[in-house]
Amino acid sequence: MAPVMLRRVLTDSLLRFWRLRLSAPNKSFDPKQVSALNADSVDEMVAGALLAFSAAVDLDSLKVARLEHFGDRSPIALANREIGALPPAAKAEVGKRIGEAKARIKDVLELREIELTQIRDNEVLLSEKVDVSVPVDRVKRGARHPLTTLMERLSDVFIAMGYEIAEGPELELEWANFDALNFPKDHPARLMQDTFFVESPDSGVVLRTHTSPIQVRAMLERDLPIYVVAPGRVFRTDELDATHTPVFHQIEGLAVDLGLTMADLRGTLNHLAHVMFGPEIDIRWRPSFFPFTEPSAEVDLRCFVCLGNSNTTECRACGGEGWIEWGGCGMVNPKVLRAVGIDPEVYSGFAFGMGIERTLMFRSGVADMRDMVEGDIRFTAAFGMEA
Amino acid sequence: MKLPISWIKEFAPVQASAREIAEALINAGLEVEGIETLGAGVTGTLVIGRVLEIEELTEFKKPIRWCQVDLGTQIRGIVCGATNFAVGDFVVVAEPGVTLPGDFTITSRETYGHVSDGMICSEREMGLGQDHAGIMILEGVTPGQNANELLGIGEEILDIAVTPDRGYALSIRGVAREVATAFEVEFRDPAISWSPDLVAPSIGFEPHDCVIDDFSACELLTLRTIHGFNPDAPTPRYMVARLQACGIRSISLAVDITNYVMMELGQPTHAFDLAKLNGPLRVRRASPGEKLETLDHVVRNLSPLDSVIADSSGPIGLAGTMGGLTTEIDEFTTGIALEAAFFPASTVAGNSRRHKISSEASRRFERGIDREIAPIASARACALLIEHGGGSYAGMCAVESPMSDNVIEFDLELPTRTAGMVIDHETVIDKLEAIGANYARTDSQFIAVTPPSWRPDLTQPADLVEEVVRLVGYEKLPSTLPTAPAGRGLTQEQRLRRRIGNLLAGRGMHEIRAYPFIGATDFDAMRFPANDSRRKSPTLVNPLSELAPQMRSTLLPGMLSIAMRNVGRGENDLALFELGSVFLGEAASGGFDPGVETRPTELIWKQMQSALPTQPEHLGVVMSGALESAGVWGSPRIATWRDSIDAVLVVANELGVNVEVRTGSDPSFHPGRCAEMVLADTLKVVGFAGELHPTVVEHWNLPKRSCAAEVDLSALLKAAVTSATAPVFSNSPVAKEDLAFVVDRACPVAEVQACIRAAGGELLESVRLFDVYEGDQIPPSHKSLAFALRFRGEGQTLSPQELQNLRTQIVTAVAEQVGGTLR
Repeated sequence: MAPVMLRRVLTDSLLRFWRLRLSAPNKSFDPKQVSALNADSVDEMVAGALLAFSAAVDLDSLKVARLEHFGDRSPIALANREIGALPPAAKAEVGKRIGEAKARIKDVLELREIELTQIRDNEVLLSEKVDVSVPVDRVKRGARHPLTTLMERLSDVFIAMGYEIAEGPELELEWANFDALNFPKDHPARLMQDTFFVESPDSGVVLRTHTSPIQVRAMLERDLPIYVVAPGRVFRTDELDATHTPVFHQIEGLAVDLGLTMADLRGTLNHLAHVMFGPEIDIRWRPSFFPFTEPSAEVDLRCFVCLGNSNTTECRACGGEGWIEWGGCGMVNPKVLRAVGIDPEVYSGFAFGMGIERTLMFRSGVADMRDMVEGDIRFTAAFGMEA
Repeated sequence: MKLPISWIKEFAPVQASAREIAEALINAGLEVEGIETLGAGVTGTLVIGRVLEIEELTEFKKPIRWCQVDLGTQIRGIVCGATNFAVGDFVVVAEPGVTLPGDFTITSRETYGHVSDGMICSEREMGLGQDHAGIMILEGVTPGQNANELLGIGEEILDIAVTPDRGYALSIRGVAREVATAFEVEFRDPAISWSPDLVAPSIGFEPHDCVIDDFSACELLTLRTIHGFNPDAPTPRYMVARLQACGIRSISLAVDITNYVMMELGQPTHAFDLAKLNGPLRVRRASPGEKLETLDHVVRNLSPLDSVIADSSGPIGLAGTMGGLTTEIDEFTTGIALEAAFFPASTVAGNSRRHKISSEASRRFERGIDREIAPIASARACALLIEHGGGSYAGMCAVESPMSDNVIEFDLELPTRTAGMVIDHETVIDKLEAIGANYARTDSQFIAVTPPSWRPDLTQPADLVEEVVRLVGYEKLPSTLPTAPAGRGLTQEQRLRRRIGNLLAGRGMHEIRAYPFIGATDFDAMRFPANDSRRKSPTLVNPLSELAPQMRSTLLPGMLSIAMRNVGRGENDLALFELGSVFLGEAASGGFDPGVETRPTELIWKQMQSALPTQPEHLGVVMSGALESAGVWGSPRIATWRDSIDAVLVVANELGVNVEVRTGSDPSFHPGRCAEMVLADTLKVVGFAGELHPTVVEHWNLPKRSCAAEVDLSALLKAAVTSATAPVFSNSPVAKEDLAFVVDRACPVAEVQACIRAAGGELLESVRLFDVYEGDQIPPSHKSLAFALRFRGEGQTLSPQELQNLRTQIVTAVAEQVGGTLR
């Protein structure tokens, strides 16, 4: 409606006068410069825009049409700029005409945009439907070994408590593996360890039978106080079967400080058990013997299958005992402290060790030790990036 | 060790059930592995019968006997398939109505033409043991007697594992003491109620003489002599039953009594045939070249370190370990010399280790027996020998070295300080008394504790603390958390190791952890030449398999075996990685032993470590089959040499280490497809990557063209940047230029690329190979390498002239240095 109205209102003389005033200094005006402001031109612009918009078949072509007919360089935008050059009397009139034209274009554009968006959403996108259930696993999924990630997980519990991770070699000095840990030569405790010895027989080198020699190294090489954990691979001359492997993993813990107590040790292991297995999994201690700790204890976990409530029914996990063996612990034997030059009258320490395989068996229900050894990728795949 | 509950209760009169006793012992630190019931499954009463008549039934395929058995109140006819008994023998009869293990209820039934009115039992049929060779024959019993009581049927038996510090618990006496303490009942210590003068010597006899030549081999030696012993006397039934319950087979009265006393008191004793002894019995070290044939019929070459029992004929027993054959008692023995001694733990442990003998005696001596019990145990044994075998006691000869004082100065506050809970002085003293220790007060806080003679393991205050706290109860300990000093977290290497694992797994690879054992077969399969240093890795004295006696010097054989296993199980597409130690060189022999009294000096500690072989950590990669399987996107992407090289490069990139790839050569790899991975800074070769040699692939039955890589991860970790430096970069427009050079086919891309990079200088932002062409368009034996170059000026746009100059510089350099021409 607006273009028709405009045509009636504007007279040629007025237009001529505006032309005189617009676009450039008045001295030398070119009527063609402002011809864009006459009603017919504006009508043409509007009509052209409307045609282009309705011809646009999708949002992309509408965008092109919008730039052409309503963009910064579009005729209507150029015309709009000319308004400023008109004499004040004419400005209102023409400004109104251009403004109405712009509003008209804008309205139609918006309507068309809504229309086309709806078309896209309801028809185009639907027609583009794919079967998202088509397999997309082009790159295979990898996995870390659960023993590795479990050792990391256990270590992190201690890192959070301020501990550091200590390390030591797998081929170890017999002195560090046994002597310094108070295993006297020929002592049954030493013979019970089923040690792999390294040629020559008097080399004094063994495959470490436990991670405990790392305790010795930590005490020789670190400043007091010491709070370390040491995960690692250890070796005993067992044949591989469902419950034994000659190559297995442990995590060792050692704290040496002023005034450490058995209560501190118990609290530390309780914390570990709760973090790893849940708040209802407590620990139990049974007196035991390890040459390098005195007093010593075996650490049991409350059975997480029956939670210790299996007095009437047999539990397949704990055999009705309510507890599962987890590891060993104790206060560092003063003889060990002396062997590394720490005064047991001043310092005390605690140490503990757990089997990683055993822990994984509990946590993840691994039934056969061989699964952790054989490297079948179906086993690792089940664990992904964390045990 | 198996212990009948009834025997324990003889010394610790408790009312508790077997389960309650087991529970208490677990809390006291003895590992109870189970509770068994002797003859479990027998219901009803078995009775003793005397065989009156035997009729052999010969018409059957196997021998069958029709027997008449006197059961005291009646005579039953019983069919029996065993033939090891005779008329007059006493046997065990299950009458109709009795149920035997396996839910086997006896009934009167017709068999082999007779009505069999019961069953004559073997050991196994009654659940008493594995013996099924014949039926069980008893002596010294009467028909109609209740056999359940005689055989100990229904007896509960504890199976206990004893830790090496608790030698005393390898006896009824030791375990009964723990039971008495746990239940707070009186402990009837046989060592107190029985005297070493249990039997009085008969007049007119002299004991056989004994001597200790080496007091380091023996601290106490007793030898009691008996004459006129009846070698045919049977072992009393109760003793056989108890020994059987302990898992010890009855052999003869004399041997059974030594075993019985050993179980009862923990003191091993040995009975010599007096007639076979030549001169005084002595304990000494063996002389070089001496031999001894032990009871197991093994002739042993003795070491001068061995402690032996000898007479004038030479060694007649390995002290505390095993007796000799020449003086063994037999069915004609009437004179017995009964030896009971205290051999120090270390000497017996040495004997036992050198001769690979683990006997009931050596197990006890190694763990430490009661220093004072020998004369009491031998008196007890003599009394039993004379009671059941008759004869006259001729007295004892004994030699002893002075006992060393074991007095521990003990701070009564120590248990409180160690436990982290208050244990008052009274309780401490109470618990020390409960384990049999004596003490003298030195002041209000200190006491001097003398541990009991059967606890050689108690040598320092901490040992006494354990006794106190375990008897107070570990379950009473509070739970507190110590405050560690602020930690530094993971070290860079530890962090990087984790990242590498995550990185490779994130790229679709699986981490494996192979056994680190390896052998010549592996080296051969890897095509290592004879002089390859990797063949020389540390060797185990006692390997699990003769095929893999060495420690791995390379990760690949172990990884390839795992790959093979996966392929064998149907998975051909594999990308495996392993992070693990390898072991290079050999262990130096004769390491330092600094002892354990003081800390080794820095120098000695360093020297000790030099005995250890180098153990760097390696990263291994094995790829076979498809990395990307076939799918809707198209055909599979097969792993190639490129992927194994890339696996190393992404790791190097993750570590911020510049690794160059060069043409390499390693016998395990395809000679034309092997890359040498080089640290750019030091030019150190850190490993190889590429396609495996076809022979290697075939050996492990892997898919053709399987690939691998192995690098020294320790070296990479060492080279890793500790913190990255922020780059300065220009925002001027980039100018792109593609250049293709024709070079000799043998010319490595890396060289051309390095040449372009050097010639381009700092304005060359990046250079990237995007195509390699060989064919008709270029001269034969040549290839065309197309590179995409990006230039960028510092602060201003590069002018066409500047770009032209750069281009000329590069083209000239490539022409001069690698003979490449612009295509």
